[in-house]
Amino acid sequence: MHWSSWSEFWAMGGSAPFVWGAYGVVALAFTAEIVLLRVRWKRAREAARRGADWSDSGSGNAGQP
Amino acid sequence: MQIEAVRPSKFGFHRFAAPPEFYRLAGRLIPWFASAAAALAAFGLYLGFFVAPTDFQQGEVYRIIFIHVPASWMAMFIYAVMAFWAGFGIAFNTRMSSMWACAMAPTGALMAFLALWTGALWGRPTWGAYWVWDARMTSTLILLFLYIGFIALHGAIEDPRRADRAAGVLAVVGVVNLPIIYFSVQWWNTLHQGASISPMRAPTMAATMLETMFVMLFAFWSYAIAASLARVRAILLEREKRSTWVQAVTT
Repeated sequence: MHWSSWSEFWAMGGSAPFVWGAYGVVALAFTAEIVLLRVRWKRAREAARRGADWSDSGSGNAGQP
Repeated sequence: MQIEAVRPSKFGFHRFAAPPEFYRLAGRLIPWFASAAAALAAFGLYLGFFVAPTDFQQGEVYRIIFIHVPASWMAMFIYAVMAFWAGFGIAFNTRMSSMWACAMAPTGALMAFLALWTGALWGRPTWGAYWVWDARMTSTLILLFLYIGFIALHGAIEDPRRADRAAGVLAVVGVVNLPIIYFSVQWWNTLHQGASISPMRAPTMAATMLETMFVMLFAFWSYAIAASLARVRAILLEREKRSTWVQAVTT
């Protein structure tokens, strides 16, 4: 351990904007991608469910390969 | 209603090449890769900030290396794998491999962007510039544009199979850029430093720094696999929403 205090850690030897700017954006980017992937999958599932409703009402050959 | 014919493969591919099997397998694998990514990242961050020593030349700012190098490597590696599956999809007309290529593209683009972003924030304090038009950086920017071009071209063509072929050709042609990125630091006089790690000689880095970088690389790798698997599941539902198996898994 080479940090004598948390404030020294956050200061990053005077390079705080660069180090935290890099790590922060990486963390933000991965978090955003995870959220977007969840949204996309849920939407796709909903759309597929709605597709099933159409087939129940007898429109076309949905569900047939 | 347009429904693609399911052609039996004459090459006898593994059964996971079938969309329903792949969907289920992906769903089972995601938690494992996601947990591995989280655990490796936690360990890597601990090593990177609390174990790895201060660099005698650069001070603390060098710690950006622990995300910069993994992001850069993954950007190139994902492109190679994406182009392989895109080319495979064209050659053998396998839907699943083209969907897999599509699933990797956004994550690869994100890695390329992060490589450039972390590089810029590292370049400013060490070289005095966020950006210079040197060969390594320019070719990495071209890599980002190739990913964006692949995604945009695929999105612009309505018929998925035609989109797979057109975007696949772009992906395969773009592979030319990978050796250019890799060897750019040798072929041209770049401001970007040469490789610290090479198969030809011992690495020119402290052991702790090297280990930390590899832990972070595996974290990024696991993350990229988990994200691509999650995306391929969404793509499968989107593209095959009229098929019996999708109806079975969503209702």
